[in-house]
Amino acid sequence: MFQAKIYVTLRKSVLDPQGGVVRKSLFALGYQNVPEVRIGRYMVVDLEVAHREEAEKQVKDMCDKLLVNPVIEDYTFELVEV
Amino acid sequence: MKFGVVVFPGSNCDADCLHAIQTVTGQPAEYIWHKSGSVDGFDCIVLPGGFSYGDYLRCGAVARFSPVMTPVIEFAQRGGLVMGICNGFQVLTEAGLLPGALHRNKNLQFLCHDTYLRVENNTTPYTCLAAEGQVIKVPIAHGEGNYFADPETLRQLEENKQVLFRYCDPQGEITPAANPNGSLNNIAGICNQQGNVLGMMPHPERCAEAVLGNTDGQLIFQSLLDFWQRRCG
Repeated sequence: MFQAKIYVTLRKSVLDPQGGVVRKSLFALGYQNVPEVRIGRYMVVDLEVAHREEAEKQVKDMCDKLLVNPVIEDYTFELVEV
Repeated sequence: MKFGVVVFPGSNCDADCLHAIQTVTGQPAEYIWHKSGSVDGFDCIVLPGGFSYGDYLRCGAVARFSPVMTPVIEFAQRGGLVMGICNGFQVLTEAGLLPGALHRNKNLQFLCHDTYLRVENNTTPYTCLAAEGQVIKVPIAHGEGNYFADPETLRQLEENKQVLFRYCDPQGEITPAANPNGSLNNIAGICNQQGNVLGMMPHPERCAEAVLGNTDGQLIFQSLLDFWQRRCG
């Protein structure tokens, strides 16, 4: 069995209003060395699959079909055997 | 002309849409449950506003895979009239029937107020009764209506005159101040290249009766009926 840890973020070209607000808030707290904050989504998906290649293929499919909107989002993922 | 209003779990403008369509056009309209496997017999499908599937994951992302969407997509691809309002617009972009995406409003707030829209193209089924550049007042109610598309898609939209409505001031000027949510090019509503699929964030069904104090939304439903009657001779 594998566990996929999927990180989804807004693409660089897309304005991230939440990230902007958090950056300003950090600035107010004294963290003036933070040029950018991007807010994203973290998903943990368990897969009952025997082989890593199959798990990888399925996670990519899931991201392309449902979990990620490629118009505005990018993703990366890690696979851990559990 | 028979209208169908799709009901997803979490739709909350379905009854308003049905009522507005029946009142304005005098035509029959029925609900279509999201598990329905067919849209046979309908001439225009409306995807209403609301929070389908609780807006889980992304607005419209789950509704896009509802059973009814398979026949809706086929219907649209055959040239059938499909109109998405607010959440319905989000579903249409997720389904790939309209380009681009709708993400969080620039100011992060849920916005619920009147907006002015300039009709940018009055040659579509949804706008054929509008005067050129007509300004209408239609309310918005959304947290994620910030229209985004990559520069090439945006260029094509403009070139093909697929932008039907733009946020403007009461005089019809397209200004940054009149843009409520950060949408690129002040876009409030677009159609596909063929012109049969419309998506718009503002709610015409909420301003289509005198008793509500605003009848500007009638324009869209009346245009649809006019288009249909002319097409059917």
